[in-house]
Amino acid sequence: MLKITDLVKRYGGGEPVLKNLSLTIEGESVVAIVGSSGAGKSTLLRCINRLVEPTSGSIELNGTELTALHGRKLREARRNIGMVFQGFNLVDRLTVMENVQSGRLGYISTWAAVMRRYPKQDIRRAYELMERVGIAHYANTRADQLSGGERQRVGVVRALMQDPEILLADEPTASLDPKTSEQIMGLLQDLAGELKLPVLINIHNTSEAKIYTDRIVGMRYGRIIFDDLPDKLDQEAMDRIYSGSPHADRSEDLREAS
Amino acid sequence: MSEHPDTWRKPPFIANPVLRWGLYIFALGYFLWVGGTLPIDWGRVADGVGRAGRIFGGAFPPSFERSELLIDGFLESLKIAILATTGGVALSIPIAFMAARNVAVLPVYYLGRAIIIVARSFHPVIVAIIFVKAVGFGPFAGVLTLIVYSIGFVAKMLAERIEEIDFGQVEAMRAAGAPYFSTLFYAIFPQIMPRQIGLSIYQLDSNLRASAVVGIVGAGGIGATLANAFGRYDYDFALAITIVIVGVILVSEGISGQIRKRVG
Repeated sequence: MLKITDLVKRYGGGEPVLKNLSLTIEGESVVAIVGSSGAGKSTLLRCINRLVEPTSGSIELNGTELTALHGRKLREARRNIGMVFQGFNLVDRLTVMENVQSGRLGYISTWAAVMRRYPKQDIRRAYELMERVGIAHYANTRADQLSGGERQRVGVVRALMQDPEILLADEPTASLDPKTSEQIMGLLQDLAGELKLPVLINIHNTSEAKIYTDRIVGMRYGRIIFDDLPDKLDQEAMDRIYSGSPHADRSEDLREAS
Repeated sequence: MSEHPDTWRKPPFIANPVLRWGLYIFALGYFLWVGGTLPIDWGRVADGVGRAGRIFGGAFPPSFERSELLIDGFLESLKIAILATTGGVALSIPIAFMAARNVAVLPVYYLGRAIIIVARSFHPVIVAIIFVKAVGFGPFAGVLTLIVYSIGFVAKMLAERIEEIDFGQVEAMRAAGAPYFSTLFYAIFPQIMPRQIGLSIYQLDSNLRASAVVGIVGAGGIGATLANAFGRYDYDFALAITIVIVGVILVSEGISGQIRKRVG
């Protein structure tokens, strides 16, 4: 279970990007986070695995408080959180197998990693997962030879290699064409069910969010203003999520304060 | 009828006309002043032309008689260049990581930059003079000199390449809980590898050239042979050496260019 309480993130001295945000993800549900650019979706996801340092608040994953961790403890916690990126973030010059195994870097020694001496069960697991998403025949191919959809499959397998307790996907389909995008969303949905894995997806495409997820969270300027079943995301809710400007939102804050 | 203007001039580089013309006049005045005040003795230049004529007269035809001396000198230069490149590049890699702002913490970054700046601030000839004093005449001084020279160039260029990497790959490793050095080897090394190989080959080429120069001040190699030939007024042998240096450098440039093209 992921439990976020009163999370605040402020870059520099500016307006907070996340404003006392609270969110709980239970079980193996696929949750979409929607909202306009600048709403804080990416920041929220990156606070969870501490690629971004939260300013205050608490993030608990299956009983472990993540915000206070440092060094080795932080790395151990990160192993339990898989992440899929918008730009794939594969190492272009390495093979697909090396990219997939890089999801295990937190478990193996630097020496074993440099010498490419991966544990047998990791290699078996890699083939298993690559087979599952249809990229097993690319094991020895350099990552930059693959198409966008194939690259994102590598990204997904890399994250799953961590044997994570939760999967974060930061706009995983934004760099893909519509058809590939649907395939990847379908894959994430299926894998969540197969591996009993909660998945948190930032997404711009609300129609895909409605089809492929179990719950939709709408964010607007650092706050959650919608949290319900996908069917409940109607035009009125969409308008509330996507309307307004940061400026209008700030003046609203001022009125509330006075 | 259109009221739009039909002439347009590019705005001047320096907008303020007083500053612009002031700069032009200052530059012109400075050149005139330098030309007028530098102590160039035209009489001595005229005498020198005669001497230069004698040197070139003595140099033709070039003499390859003592070719074993020439070959020995060259092999030594090659050894110096290879050793210095290996040592220099090996030292350059950690220094480059220290001097890259996006992977090093601030104090380490300053230390790395400082090493590079020191290595770059002196011409190899000056470094060679110091090392010849420190470790004596011969190729060892040459190797040390060219290691310093290699660090100055390779570490600087490599640090710049590290600063240009796609940081998303580093983020992906961090997100997976990878330790620092594993991240370095998986996310950064593959990205800088082509540049690293290209720089090493370029530096080998460059060190071979520089080894001819530092030899003149006593740091071994073909440069020492050349300096000796001049010292003994063997201008024909000196010309032969010069021709071979130019030839070898042409060949090595060609080869290194080819290799770098394939790697890049």
